[in-house]
Amino acid sequence: MSQIVVEKKVLNENQKLAAELRERFRQHKILVVNIISSPGSGKTTLLERTLERMDKTKRVALLTGDLQTENDAKRLAKWGFPAKQIITGGTCHLDAKMIDKHLADWKLEDLDILIIENVGNLVCPTSYDLGEHHKIVILSVTEGEDKPLKYPSIFVKSDLMILSKVDLLPYLNFDAELAKQNARTVHPGIEIIETSNKGDGLEQWMAWLEAKLAAVKAGDAVSA
Amino acid sequence: MHELSIVASVLEQLDEIKKQQPEGTRISKVGLRVGELAGVDVDCLRFGFECSVKETPWEHLLLEIEQVPRRQRCPGCNAEFQAENWATACPKCGEAATITIAGEELQIAFVEVDE
Ligand SMILES: Nc1nc2c(ncn2[C@@H]2O[C@H](COP(=O)(O)OP(=O)(O)OP(=O)(O)O)[C@@H](O)[C@H]2O)c(=O)[nH]1
Ligand SMILES: [Mg+2]
Ligand SMILES: [Zn+2]
Repeated sequence: MSQIVVEKKVLNENQKLAAELRERFRQHKILVVNIISSPGSGKTTLLERTLERMDKTKRVALLTGDLQTENDAKRLAKWGFPAKQIITGGTCHLDAKMIDKHLADWKLEDLDILIIENVGNLVCPTSYDLGEHHKIVILSVTEGEDKPLKYPSIFVKSDLMILSKVDLLPYLNFDAELAKQNARTVHPGIEIIETSNKGDGLEQWMAWLEAKLAAVKAGDAVSA
Repeated sequence: MHELSIVASVLEQLDEIKKQQPEGTRISKVGLRVGELAGVDVDCLRFGFECSVKETPWEHLLLEIEQVPRRQRCPGCNAEFQAENWATACPKCGEAATITIAGEELQIAFVEVDE
C-alpha cells in the first residue's frame, strides 16, 4: 500500500470554468454579482426594485436559479431587461457550467451588468464560484439575528450584506444592531445596506452597484 | 444537499487518478480536507459518500476527512491565530480587520493505493 499526494480542489472543474468566465467578464468589462439568501428573503423583490430604478440605457441581464419554476424570470422580464431562468431540477445551487450554458446566446459585448439570483439556499451556493466579482448575501429581518453565526461561510465570502424587509422591524423583536454585529464578527470588513420593498436603502444600493460597475469599467475591480 | 454533488466531483477525480496509475491498481482510500468555512457539513458528506459508493466499483473505498479550523493573520503585527468562536480580532494587538489564511479548503489531499 502506498500514498499518493493529490492536493487538488474537490470542485476543480467548477473552479476552472469559473476562472474562464471571470476572464471573459474582465475582457468585456461586465460587472457580475451573485446574490445568495435563504428561500424567500427577498432576492427577486430587490431585483424588481432595482430594475425599476435602473437607468434604461444600462445594459443589464439577469439569470435566476430555481429548483422548479419560471416564476422569478417572468417577474423580472417585466422591466424590459433580458432575464433567463435556470431550472436546476433539484440541485440546490448554481454552478459555473450552468452559467456558461445560459450565457451562450447573449453577446457579452452587449452587457454592462450581469445579475445572478442563486437558488434560495444559504449553504450550498457558497461553495460554487460562478466567476462573479461580488457575492452578496441577503438576510431578512424575519430570519433571526444569529444567521451569520450559524452560516458563517456565506457571510465570510460576501462583500455586501443586504438586511432586507426592514419595513417589518416595528412588528418584530428583531435586533438589527445585533444582526449587523454578528455579520461583522464573522467578516469584519463586510459592507451592510438595509433595504425594504417600500424604498428604504434602495438609493444606497443603487449607488453601491454604480460604484462597483465604475471599478469594473476602469479595470481595477478586485475579483472574489 | 450539495454534499452529493461534492462526492460526485471527488469520484470523478478519482476515476482520473486511477487512469494515471498502472493497470490493476486499486484506490483503497481517499483523504479529504474540509475547512470550517467551506460550507460543507461533514456528517452530510460522510452520509452522501456512503450512499454514492454503495453498489458501485467504489464500494470498498474508505473516506478520511481532515477538518481544518479557521486561522487568521493580522496585517498589523503579523500574528497568526485560530479564530475561536468567530473572534477574528487580533489577540495580540487588537486589530479588527484580520485576514483569513485557512479554513476555506475543500480539497482532495491524498489517495492510498494497493498495487
Ligand atoms: N414586507 C416586506 N415583504 C417583502 C420584502 N421583500 C420581499 N418581501 C416578500 O417576501 C416574499 C418573498 O420575496 P421574494 O423576492 O420572492 O424572495 P426570494 O428570495 O426571491 O425567494 P426565492 O427565489 O423563492 O428564494 C414575497 O412575498 C415578498 O413580497 C420587503 O422588503 N418587505
Ligand atoms: Mg426569487
Ligand atoms: Zn495584530
